[in-house]
Amino acid sequence: MSALPQAHEAASSTPDIRIDRAALIAELSRVLPEDCLIADPGRLRAYECDGLMLVREMPLAVALPTTEAQVVAVLRTCHRLGVPVVPRGAGTGLSGGATPHKQGIVLSTARLNRIVSVDRLAQQAVVQPGVRNLAVSEAAAPYGLYYAPDPSSQIACSIGGNVAENSGGVHCLKYGLTVHNVLRVRMVNMAGEVMEIGSAAPDSAGYDLLAVTIGSEGLLGVVTEVTVKLVPKPRVARCVLAAFADIRKAGQAVADVIAAGIIPAGLEMMDQATTAAVEQFVHAGYPLDAAAILLCESDGTEEEVQDEIARVRVLLEAAGATEIRISSDEAERLRFWAGRKAAFPAAGRIAPDYYCMDGTIPRQRLADMLEAMETMAKKYDLGLLNVFHAGDGNLHPLILFDSNDPDSVRRAEAFGVDILELSVELGGTITGEHGVGLEKINQMCSQFGADELDMFHRVKAAFDPAGLMNPGKAVPTLHRCAEMGRMHVHHGELPHPDLPRF
Amino acid sequence: MSSHLHSVLREQVLEAAAHGRTLRPHGSGSKDFLAQTLSGTPLDMRGAQGVIAYEPSELFITAHAGTRLAEVEALLAAHNQMLAFEPPHFGPHATLGGALAAGLSGPRRISAGSLRDFVLGVTLMDGQGRVLRFGGQVMKNVAGFDVSRLIAGSFGTLGLILEVTLKVLPRPPAEQTRVLALDEAHALSALREWGAQPLPLSATLWHDGRLAVRLSGAEPALAAAVRIVGGEPLAADEAAALWQSVREQRHPFFSGDAPLWRVALPPMAPALALEGRPLVEWNGMQRWLRSDIDADALRHAVRALGGHATLFRGGRAVDRALGVFEPLAPEVMAVHRRLKQAFDPSGVFSPGRLYAEL
Ligand SMILES: Cc1cc2nc3c(=O)[nH]c(=O)nc-3n(C[C@H](O)[C@H](O)[C@H](O)COP(=O)(O)OP(=O)(O)OC[C@H]3O[C@@H](n4cnc5c(N)ncnc54)[C@H](O)[C@@H]3O)c2cc1C
Repeated sequence: MSALPQAHEAASSTPDIRIDRAALIAELSRVLPEDCLIADPGRLRAYECDGLMLVREMPLAVALPTTEAQVVAVLRTCHRLGVPVVPRGAGTGLSGGATPHKQGIVLSTARLNRIVSVDRLAQQAVVQPGVRNLAVSEAAAPYGLYYAPDPSSQIACSIGGNVAENSGGVHCLKYGLTVHNVLRVRMVNMAGEVMEIGSAAPDSAGYDLLAVTIGSEGLLGVVTEVTVKLVPKPRVARCVLAAFADIRKAGQAVADVIAAGIIPAGLEMMDQATTAAVEQFVHAGYPLDAAAILLCESDGTEEEVQDEIARVRVLLEAAGATEIRISSDEAERLRFWAGRKAAFPAAGRIAPDYYCMDGTIPRQRLADMLEAMETMAKKYDLGLLNVFHAGDGNLHPLILFDSNDPDSVRRAEAFGVDILELSVELGGTITGEHGVGLEKINQMCSQFGADELDMFHRVKAAFDPAGLMNPGKAVPTLHRCAEMGRMHVHHGELPHPDLPRF
Repeated sequence: MSSHLHSVLREQVLEAAAHGRTLRPHGSGSKDFLAQTLSGTPLDMRGAQGVIAYEPSELFITAHAGTRLAEVEALLAAHNQMLAFEPPHFGPHATLGGALAAGLSGPRRISAGSLRDFVLGVTLMDGQGRVLRFGGQVMKNVAGFDVSRLIAGSFGTLGLILEVTLKVLPRPPAEQTRVLALDEAHALSALREWGAQPLPLSATLWHDGRLAVRLSGAEPALAAAVRIVGGEPLAADEAAALWQSVREQRHPFFSGDAPLWRVALPPMAPALALEGRPLVEWNGMQRWLRSDIDADALRHAVRALGGHATLFRGGRAVDRALGVFEPLAPEVMAVHRRLKQAFDPSGVFSPGRLYAEL
């Protein structure tokens, strides 16, 4: 059996739905211009999966509204007809959040892609949800400002998707996640009502609905406009590259930097296998004999950066770095980062397929986690590349496999499950930034007890009483957890403490 | 200790739910003034106090809700760390749970972020007496809805806060406060111009023709910023007292009986053309007003600028009856009501504290 939930299982939370497809399309074409509705199976194929390509499903239709009024009309129609709606941005999500529902439609924000305003003195921009993450920073650049959260997918992913996933990036250690950089959204709920959530003024009244909306994986409504905070571009950025002969020492160095009161602009780690893979690809001149490489970035004024880099250097040397390089100019800084940013494509070059995981663990357990994963890689007989947002303990192990070999797929999925469950056991979480979606829905039964899951369902119902907005994602039914026979591990008390774990 | 306390609390919650009674969780009561209505049998949440886990290099602290805020801050200071959002205590015994439930942030909010930005995890008892754990101790966690942050600012209306985990930050290596003589309009435009540049502004205050700007960061960065900001330096002890007096509302501006309004505005809002003396914080985005102005008129003017207002202290009964907190749009209130129902189906916790409908 496959370790990953299949797409049709999302429909199991809404088992009674049977939609008359022809009638639905007739109703939708009444509220959408012809070129904003896709019903042709050939063209629907493009929407059958998001970045989690192991899971696919065909939707009944795809709506591509160009205005908020059209979003409202589509949602009202679907609400009336009882049709599930799956919001979709750029489809780069890695957890199957935008995987279609077989009895539902996909609502794509691709054509809601206008930058409404950029205000230098207010340090805010208002954008539609389909605007690409990088496009926001590009629009702000002439004013010396940028949008801080910078997922590696930033040339493609949409702001609406970022809001839905609470996305992060290498600069989030210092500048925060999406939740810290989005001030307000407009959201249309399943009933077609438009809600203003958050505000351009600080701390809006009532419950913090913005916090619940960010990271809600499209379960609460369709975001139609976003106000983001822009921050001034630092005058200088410089990167330190440090090599370590021992991965534990590298992990300790990360803790030492933070304990010394330094919050670098980025603090990332790559293991030896990754360094070797990316070096072939980017020729950055990485030390290939190092067990781990740390990249530590400082930004600010020239004086500030010099001061911070000097302190970081002392700490890294004391932690046992075998080699330290400091970028002397912008070209070299970008070269240091090139490999980290190319980790995914490099994985794609050395193996037919890769599967990206996303657990977060307390930083001090980094070395334990790495050692355990090494053992797992042997057990499943698969290659593994490790890149981390080391500063915040967010791991991205890339499992290398071959999708043409069913056994390799099965082993990759089981390997992934083991990593997620170990993340929970070590006091961390199954997902730091990619979301639960369909992919990790079974592991939610390990991370949370029945009462918390029940409360998540209640929170969803407060926004979407009809239960039609991206149903079957992110929160498992209690029934599902019971069937899986999964047990929630509380306070690290394991069901069978006597059994070896890894 | 916790599990006994939890069963005592659960009993009280279930009792109240069964008999249609209500409870009002409280810490020291330092924020009792900030309420639509105070109702329900007081339920002292100080039964469990103390820090549960603190890892300076992991940048988090977990403590029982009844822990004194002052104790938390003293412990952090001993490790050269801080609660960067500078929560107001409004009293020496203010608790961590009360700070979270009130959701208030102090002067550094403008650069560091608000209280909710620092919430990592919350343990809560809901209206069915269930102990629920949300979030955790790691910085990045997107499993499930972000319920921990929803609890911030909920004023005890969604459940009993039992434990709180907050992100902590290192203290800045150096701070300096500069003072400039400027009128309100010029102060606002100077603040905006500085805000759009990479300057280490960590707090700002304008009152009575005087603008105070606090710079925080490495020494060299401060020196560079001083060249741009100008003004006169304030002695370190005077500066500390100034920011403390604003954070805790002990600045002379806050004395006296005139109603105190808190007005939150978007960054570009001009000086308010309203009767009453303002004290301006957060680069113009938080303005305090002592004024007998008609509540409706004030709310109207503030809303027209894209902001919202809270009748923070005092005020006429008729004005308070209209709503202490900014009224919500009907579709947003509908979600609030359903959320309240989700957490507290029998309506046990602090009914009316936030809005009459909740
Ligand atoms: C190569 C690569 C690198 C990546 N690197 C990172 C990284 O560094 N950090 C990181 O955090 N993520 C990363 N990701 C994951 C992904 O890019 C992010 O999750 C991104 O935010 C998804 O945006 P999207 O527009 O593609 O959304 P989609 O994949 O289309 O959708 C994602 C979710 O958002 C919902 N959604 C989309 N738009 C809306 C809307 N307007 N209203 C309501 N719900 C909506 C969908 O229903 C779905 O649940 C990476 C992905 C890839 C492929």
